[in-house]
Amino acid sequence: MPTLFEKIRDRHVVLERGDGNVLLYIDRQLIHEVTSPQAFEGLRLAGRRVRRPGAMLAVPDHNVPTTPDRAERIDDRESREQIEELRKNALGAGVALFDIADPRQGIVHIIGPESGLVLPGITIVCGDSHTGTLGAFGTIAFGVGTSEVEHVLATQTLWQGTPRRMRVTVSGALPPLVTPKDVILAVIAKIGASGGTGHAIEFAGDTIRRMSMEGRMTVCNMTIEAGARFGLIAPDETTFAYLKGKPLAPPPSLWDAAVEDWKTLPSDPDATWDREVALDASILEPHVTWGTSPQDALPVVGSVPDPEAQPDPSERSRMRRALDYMGLAPGTRLTDIPIDKVFIGSCTNARIEDLRAAADIARGRKVAPGVTALVVPGSGLVKRQAEEEGLDRVFAEAGFQWRLPGCSMCLGMNPDRLKAGERCASTSNRNFEGRQGPGGRTHLMSPSMAAAAAVSGRIADVREVTR
Amino acid sequence: MIRKFESLTTVGVPLDRGNVDTDAIIPARYLKTLKRTGLGAGLFFAWRYDAGGVPFPGFPLNRPEYRGGEVLVAGENFGCGSSREHAVWALSDFGFRAVIAPSFSDIFRNNCLKNGMLPVTLPAPEVRALIDALLAAPGGTVEVDLPAQTVTGPGGDVHRFDIDPFAKRCLLEGLDEIALTLACAAEIDRYERDGKKATPWLFLDLPG
Ligand code: SF4
Repeated sequence: MPTLFEKIRDRHVVLERGDGNVLLYIDRQLIHEVTSPQAFEGLRLAGRRVRRPGAMLAVPDHNVPTTPDRAERIDDRESREQIEELRKNALGAGVALFDIADPRQGIVHIIGPESGLVLPGITIVCGDSHTGTLGAFGTIAFGVGTSEVEHVLATQTLWQGTPRRMRVTVSGALPPLVTPKDVILAVIAKIGASGGTGHAIEFAGDTIRRMSMEGRMTVCNMTIEAGARFGLIAPDETTFAYLKGKPLAPPPSLWDAAVEDWKTLPSDPDATWDREVALDASILEPHVTWGTSPQDALPVVGSVPDPEAQPDPSERSRMRRALDYMGLAPGTRLTDIPIDKVFIGSCTNARIEDLRAAADIARGRKVAPGVTALVVPGSGLVKRQAEEEGLDRVFAEAGFQWRLPGCSMCLGMNPDRLKAGERCASTSNRNFEGRQGPGGRTHLMSPSMAAAAAVSGRIADVREVTR
Repeated sequence: MIRKFESLTTVGVPLDRGNVDTDAIIPARYLKTLKRTGLGAGLFFAWRYDAGGVPFPGFPLNRPEYRGGEVLVAGENFGCGSSREHAVWALSDFGFRAVIAPSFSDIFRNNCLKNGMLPVTLPAPEVRALIDALLAAPGGTVEVDLPAQTVTGPGGDVHRFDIDPFAKRCLLEGLDEIALTLACAAEIDRYERDGKKATPWLFLDLPG
């Protein structure tokens, strides 16, 4: 009867408190420079130690510049100090660190899977809301605040209640140039930015089964944008093939036993769900957002909606404010919206397949005059592979900038950011006010759609661009 | 040591917006600190100040009638988005002790509880009525009584709320959750011993 989530949870219960909360063992913790300094400081102040340093991996990603000289100099003093603090804390506690010049450095949610640290059936946390990305491997993976980072450092556990169970079933073959990003944007538009609050969402259906691990991670990455802390996908042969031979995956002597164990994890056929949602992928179109919430996603063939047609008064005023912030008029065709910047990157869409998809559109075309376009690989390993495949040259010839790995323009913390009023076609996950820099305007979309926008100078339907 | 939550009678500050995300509560450039303190300066920065740093006179936090208010009353899905605990630290540093909303993001609610901040969930129509009352008569007071689990609005209207009993106790007593968990060290040791036998691949440590 149990679901995938319940099976994993049950094997990690250390202790029941009797009020529905359990003490859950946490197998792994990923750590980045922004949400960890106060946790390590808290440990020091209380005279506590890191219980299992070998279960942690640390990486700087949010603050790092993406320009070539970054290992020698970081101009921003506070950014430099956070990166140095992470180094000091990791070395002091004996925690593994992929430091700024390490070829494996990259966005925290991308390097975990690449290293083989994320295995089916585990519990894994990080002081970052997009940790749900890792649920693509059939794990309980979730974002926590700094106090909980400290709790895990000290105890290797967390107190947890029980989320409700939601299953999102996606079926049908994705049409050409429609991607996992479009699937998850459509799901969020359907259930709303708080539709998944209090839930663990399992993604199922033949569309998901056919997706690569990269695509599955894109889907799970944005479950938090629907309010759900957990997004999960049952492990299968695709998962096992991805993991085999990764540095931290089970060694050959344990591999078969591990796979046998992982095969028992998928939800039982008679598992029960508190809520079920279905999506037909075969009729899906490329999506883009028009507003300041990820739920504001529409097929690219659409127009900016009219708040006055919205019956609910609070939604009406939210939409008015969003359009005011975005500088858009109701009725404008989405493909008539000009853009200033393009950002291809982030933990949503900076894996090798994303870069290949964008390069396919960039190949033989040119970035439109006046548009600045950045391609920021998600990790050093992604960057190396892309370069081996010649993608960096494709981008360079088309006029895109090819950068070093990091969070970059996904959030306004490092030198890559929007200026007030600038409009960006972005493959990241959040279009909140000011997310990419104060006053910046974000339109979320897939890597192929962002590349199509770059060469068109406006939001464009990638299917038209390639026709 | 976590600050204990005492019951409050204070000016209620209305923030008539839904889906207030943590990027809006505290923009990313304020996250570069190594401390938990001093973040109040960046609270709702883009809504409080224009590009030149001049305060918007109409924004509730800038209006003298609401000054010193310790309870924020806001729309649904408050605290969505980024997990940054800095959002709670900023609210707390500014002087807030409780937030009332129809719903909260899961991570934000957790973060509140770790910092002596009370998240109060009330039905949407009751929150609507509170916001309307506080907007109509700025400076009105709200009473938050945690032991009784009630909020009393400016018109004397009483609203009951639910809270997890353990979270309530932690707030009232200012309990250090890590110390409580460390008291269960024997159970954690036992879990690890058993786990090494059942799933040894999960206990292969990373080289530090
Ligand atoms: S890429 Fe963006 S969403 Fe992902 S971890 Fe970095 S800042 Fe967060």
